[in-house]
Amino acid sequence: MRDHAVNPVIAGLRQRIERLEGGVARDRTVLPFGVAAIDDRLPGGGLALGALHEVAGGGNGAIDGAAAALFAAGIAARTKGKVLWCVTRADLFAPALAQAGLPPGRVIYVEAGDEKALLSCIEEGLRHGGLGAVVGELARLSMTASRRLKLAAESSGTIGIAVRRWRRQTEASDFGQPTASVTRWRVSVLPSAPLPVPGVGRARWLLELIRCRAGESADFEVEAPDAKGRIALPSDLVHGSPQKEIGRRRASA
Amino acid sequence: MPRVVSLFLPTWSTDRLRRKLGDAAPPPETPFVLIGRQQRRRSVVAVDSAAFAAGLRVGMPASKAQARVSGLVVMDADPAADVEALERLALWALQRYAPIVAADPPDGLVIDTTGADHLHGGEELMLSGMVNRFCHSGIAARAAVADTWGAAHAGARFRANPTLVIPPGRHVDVLHRLPITALRLDSAVTDGLRALGFDTVGEVASQPRAPLALRFGPELGRRIDQAMGRVAEPIDPMRTPDLIEVRRAFGEPIGAAETISRYTARLVDQLCHVLEEKGLGVRRLDLLFHRVDNTYQAIRAGTARPVRDGRRLTRLLTDRIETIDPGFGIEIMSLTASHAEPLMARQVISSLVEEPEADVSDLIDTLGNRIGERRLYRVAPVASDVPERSFMRVAPMSPDNGENWPDHWPRPARLLARPEPIETMALLPDHPPVSFTWRGVRRRVRRADGPERVFGEWWKRDAELVAVRDYFQVEDDAGEHYWIFRAGDGEHSETGSQKWFLHGIFG
Repeated sequence: MRDHAVNPVIAGLRQRIERLEGGVARDRTVLPFGVAAIDDRLPGGGLALGALHEVAGGGNGAIDGAAAALFAAGIAARTKGKVLWCVTRADLFAPALAQAGLPPGRVIYVEAGDEKALLSCIEEGLRHGGLGAVVGELARLSMTASRRLKLAAESSGTIGIAVRRWRRQTEASDFGQPTASVTRWRVSVLPSAPLPVPGVGRARWLLELIRCRAGESADFEVEAPDAKGRIALPSDLVHGSPQKEIGRRRASA
Repeated sequence: MPRVVSLFLPTWSTDRLRRKLGDAAPPPETPFVLIGRQQRRRSVVAVDSAAFAAGLRVGMPASKAQARVSGLVVMDADPAADVEALERLALWALQRYAPIVAADPPDGLVIDTTGADHLHGGEELMLSGMVNRFCHSGIAARAAVADTWGAAHAGARFRANPTLVIPPGRHVDVLHRLPITALRLDSAVTDGLRALGFDTVGEVASQPRAPLALRFGPELGRRIDQAMGRVAEPIDPMRTPDLIEVRRAFGEPIGAAETISRYTARLVDQLCHVLEEKGLGVRRLDLLFHRVDNTYQAIRAGTARPVRDGRRLTRLLTDRIETIDPGFGIEIMSLTASHAEPLMARQVISSLVEEPEADVSDLIDTLGNRIGERRLYRVAPVASDVPERSFMRVAPMSPDNGENWPDHWPRPARLLARPEPIETMALLPDHPPVSFTWRGVRRRVRRADGPERVFGEWWKRDAELVAVRDYFQVEDDAGEHYWIFRAGDGEHSETGSQKWFLHGIFG
């Protein structure tokens, strides 16, 4: 076992040599959030690269998936290389992704006609290996399909993020079905922190880690990604003041 | 079942001459006819739309036409040059649309677009794109697509306005209602049929075949069967000597998918050798299968950049192999680089410190051939404050100039395709609503940010001369953020309807 902490430069070079030699297959590295409270809960100290992760919106967000998409954009922004974003509905507003750290030059959109074609595009993207991340907006994700995506991600080391969104609130029950994803998140919006002046503050989310292989589930309250794709803990929460009166509506899980 | 596009250029000869003459050409509103020799007299062989409107028809004596329309422009016809230009047009269509293309003289093209239409956004978009492209260059065109050449040919000439998609299996119904001249027969035969009282294809097709064949020969029955799809009518794909092509004939017809893919790999290798000698890379690659029943099947693959990598090209072709129906077997396989471009050697980053960005062009090609090039794109900023105009789609491999949107204001993650009207309670002129109702749910506004004023773009549309939109970001009780705007400045009715709309959802 190599010791990453001793000399990160040497460790990085070793990894590069391994990749050049083609021994990339099961190189499990992680992408930390940079927030200690979250990273501590995840095995390896961050989101596993070369794996499939699922994100869904809570409440009304299950349909528009806006917060879930931004959360995925924040993760993708912190990877290196191009990002493949696969959709069936073209309602994503690119300037918002740019504000979450994904400049327009990095994102390649794929607009598939149906979910079957979408899955094959995601899989092809994950298998390729030259991409930083592959994000797919899906309504259904069966065990078989998710396993295929997981294997494709493992073969190349590319992180795959399935943003789950549905056309109707009732379809959100599909999110309870088991899949092969390593982590499963739900992002619901919270009222933003009051500002001393009239206006809307930085968006706040309730981030629920519903499922985590080799880890435990947990809840976090975070602030939406900044221009570098980093989420943060709200400062008043760090000091331990409890958030009350959270008018959130949950998707059925 | 194949899908065949027939492109009809009704005024091809005159349009071609107009284009060739350039500035010296007669203006489009002037009647213009071409004169040729038929038997021993000079008669009109082509009329343009203005001359047609003036009552001139093909086949009139030249002197009669000149007597009837004053100021008629008359030139000599050159049928050989027309056909030659049509061949060039077919070559252009070959590079652009589909692997099997042929000129359909005197005034059309025929294109087998089986399995190629999704690359152009579906059949309807493909046809309208084709027709528009011709219209922009001053050539009138009409196009139809059907299961058979005959049906498409007839549809383009008698039904297309200016495009017509005859759905699979419906061509027989359409044909039945068309006049007998739609059957591509000699005028002697059609005149004879008319004399017998036949008007439509359906009437002829329902008659016993033998007496008709006795009287008019086998041609009539053959044309009917071809149009209905009972007899195959292969399109002889056009080829020119300067196309790079490799082919392989088989002693024994092949059919298994594994065999096809093995020979595909060999053909690609051969082709790459030829390309290497010429310093070229492939942009469009056509794999044609000649079946033993004398029909063609084809696979077309396109690449975003010139490519000469054998493995990559083989992969692109074999990816689509399940669309091929080998029938009773394949006799000849031919691989053509229908569009090739110079492939230059490039410097790769030689430094070990800097990690080069991975090349994803092969992924782009694979996905592009699977779902269509138009559905694969990047988004680039456009200098416009109007949200729905602030971006445009660009090709995925277009160079990244590092441009970004200004980030003074937050932007929603989802933008509705069309702003949805909402019912509001708001103080005018510049207060956000106190509450609003969207999709039947009433939401109380807790906090709001704005207004961000967006002015209409008067240089694009006259109607936007004084138009104004005031955008607000609002947060409701549940913490959900929406992007709403009021059309108008809240004071002057000419700036907009003063109604409120919801345009986006923040994450």
